[in-house]
Order: sequence, then C-alpha cells, then structure tokens
Amino acid sequence: MQAYLIFLQTAIPELWAGTLITLQITLVALIAGFFIGFPAALARIYGGKTLSAISTTYTEIFRGTPVLVQLFIIYYGLPQFGITLSAFMAAYVAMGLNSGAYQAEYFRGAIQAISSGQMMAAQSLGMNKLKAITYIIVPQAFRLALPAWANEVVSMVKVTSIVYLTAVPDLMTKAKILSSKYFNPIETYLTAAVFYLIIIGILSIVLNYIEKVSRIPGLEMEGEAR
Amino acid sequence: MVEPIIRLENIHKAYGKDEILKGISLEIQEGEVVVIIGPSGTGKSTLLRCINQLTVPNKGDVWVDGVELTDPRVDINKARRHIGFVFQDFNLFNHLNALNNVSIGLKLVLGLTPEKAKEKALLELDRVGLKQKADLFPGQLSGGQKQRVAIARALAMDPRVMLFDEPTSALDPELIGEVLEVMQKLAREGMTMICVTHEMGFAREVASRIIFMEHGVVVEEGSPEHMFTRPQYDRTREFLGKISELYGKQK
Repeated sequence: MQAYLIFLQTAIPELWAGTLITLQITLVALIAGFFIGFPAALARIYGGKTLSAISTTYTEIFRGTPVLVQLFIIYYGLPQFGITLSAFMAAYVAMGLNSGAYQAEYFRGAIQAISSGQMMAAQSLGMNKLKAITYIIVPQAFRLALPAWANEVVSMVKVTSIVYLTAVPDLMTKAKILSSKYFNPIETYLTAAVFYLIIIGILSIVLNYIEKVSRIPGLEMEGEAR
Repeated sequence: MVEPIIRLENIHKAYGKDEILKGISLEIQEGEVVVIIGPSGTGKSTLLRCINQLTVPNKGDVWVDGVELTDPRVDINKARRHIGFVFQDFNLFNHLNALNNVSIGLKLVLGLTPEKAKEKALLELDRVGLKQKADLFPGQLSGGQKQRVAIARALAMDPRVMLFDEPTSALDPELIGEVLEVMQKLAREGMTMICVTHEMGFAREVASRIIFMEHGVVVEEGSPEHMFTRPQYDRTREFLGKISELYGKQK
C-alpha cells in the first residue's frame, strides 16, 4: 500500500497530463465529427441522389472499417503520397472522420424519426424547406439524437486510447510508459482505468443534465419510450 | 358571376397505378363553406392537399385567389401563406409552446417583429379560447386544445381560405364539440372554408354546399337541404344514411 501511494505521487501528474491529451483528442474528434456528420445526415436525407450517395458511401466506409486501420492509413500510409501528418493531426483526422460517420447515422435516424406532418405543417404556413428544416425539424432532431450522441462521446473517450500506437502521449501511452518504468502493470493500468472511469462519469453527468434541461415539457413519456 | 376564390380544373392524381383523383373540377366562391364527404380512400384529403400543393397533382390546374398554383413559376411558399391548413393529427410543432406555434409563422414567414408576432398570436389564441394555455407545450394539451391551437396557427397568417382535413377524426367524442364550435364561429364570420369531415351536424348547420365524393370523382353536390332530403343518386342517399347512423346520433 505504502509503495502504491509513493508510486501515485509520480503517476498522477503523468496520468493527468495524459488525460488532458485524451480529452483534447476526444473534443477535437467530436467537434470535427459533428461538422462532418450533421451535414452528411442532411445530405443523405435532403440532398438528392448525388449528395445522398456520397454521404452514404462515406458513412459506410468509415463505419465498416476499424478505426485503427483508418488511423494507420492516415498516419503511415499517406506519407507514401507525400502527405505527412503529425501524430496529433493524424489522430484528429482519423477520429474526426470516424466519429463523423457515426454521428451522421445518429442524426439521420433522429431526423427521420420526426413525423412528416411536421414538415407539411411548416410548409402549409409558407415556410420554405430550409426554414422548415432549420426551425422545425432540426431542433427536434437534436433532442432525439442526444442519447445516441452521448453514447458517442463516451465511446470516443475510450477509442482515443488507440493513439498509443502512433505514440501520441495520451492517458494510455502515459500508463504504458509508467508500467514499463516501474514494472507494476496491475497498479498502473488499474489507476489508468480509474482515470477513464472518472472522465466518463463526469461527462455522463453533464450529458444527462443537458438531456434533462432540453427535454420538451409534456413529451417525457414519448422520449423515454424511444 | 364573381371570380371564384378557388378553382380546380380537371385534377388528376395517381400514386403509381392507383388513381386517387380522376378529374375533379370545382369552383368555390368567397365566403362559401364547402363540406366534402365520402367513404375513406376516395381522395378527399388528397384533393384538399392538391389545393395548397402539399400534394402536387399529375394533371389539372389549381387557382387560388387569382393565382395559378400549378404554374411552376409561381412561388408556392408565398401562395401557401394565405391558405390555412388544419390537419387531422394536428401537427403542432412539438418543441414549441402554444404561443410560439402560432407566432413562428408570423416571425419566419411574414417577418413580424417578435413583439408584434406575440401580440397577434395571443389574439389568435384568444379567438379559439386558449389564451390562458399560451405557455403550454403540445404534449401538455388535450386533443381538442391541440386542434384549436392548430386552427389559431393557421388563422394567424390571415388566410383567404381555410382547409380542414378531417379536423375532428382523431379526437375523443367529448372533445369534438369545442373544435366544431370554433369552426362554426369562423364560418359565421364569413371565412371561406373547405372541410373534409364526417360531422353531419356541422355540415347540415354550417355548409353552404356539400360535395359527395367517391372513387376519385364528385358523385353529387348540392345544398345541405338537397343532399339530406332529396339526393339525386341512390349512392348518395345510401352513404348519408350510413353516416348519419354512425355519427348523427351523437348530436
């Protein structure tokens, strides 16, 4: 126990530094994923044949291949074409594209779950399609997508640990270094696991709170049944 | 004769091989209340939706207030502003309270300032007797209240005509009255209305004309008196007999 406490004194600052990197990659990936995935969902539903096909191809490719393969193609493969990305940039691009594909599917599902009557009612008032989508469909779809999106956040925190394989100094990489240095894998990795748990616990509380405050009064029952 | 406010000419609509409307022509004068009746699946709702182009007919012309809506050069969004439409299942915007359901069109479509839109929306809610429910969301309203908000939402746009697509069919029997009352009041105020409905009491009292449709064509039309007492066709009599049996007794 004494030894573990002494170990923690060195480990915690290291793991904390790694945690910040993990959070940074998660955040960038989620934001990039949103700005790719949400338009991709709109393109798939409202975009007509060509845009819809492009969007579908993108989501199928990035959901259909392991994110590690994607990361390696971007980090190790692209230099063959003269495109060399830093380990960080490669992580952002791979994670962002991957998350975008998943987010596209979540938003598509949410938009399609809104009854067609909402669009008709908006149009019957004289709203054009863009206004109807912006002010009627999307605000409802975002709320519907929130539980799935929260899941994506949690999943992304964990998935980022693969950047260990491209030597980005994230939480996992820091743990691996500590473990090699002190020859105590069980202490190190359990501590790292606790770090992941705490990150995800805090994020879950925040996301639950957002879900709660954005809930539409009177629709709770329906929302929960979904 | 005065120019009709709505003129339909030879409207055809088919979904695949399924021909829903087989050449309907109709003229409606300003201030008329026209009730369309007929068995389900005969294209009554489709016809109504063809008027504001929520459904685009395969063939035929639609004129509303002197504008040909079937003309591809016409800005349909602009034309729809003044054609009120009330849906069977309300279609209130679920994420907006009653007030904002009514005011959103005023703000986004007619460009009113938020204050002006709110003022007008409250006025319209008052007109349907729901001013005190302005802050409630659709999920917190009864079916009858939802439909009255939906009517207020349509009325707020100052429509030239109001189209009602079975406005009471999704309601519990005890909630139908409050919606019909609002519709009767509108009719008395001189609003031009086309209502697809099975409410024969309403048709008898308020309609200036009843149209009986079946299999995508108009079988017979006439004044309520004509239709209820001496319809020309057996099919009309048969249908009206059946419908009065089903719905009339409640009145």
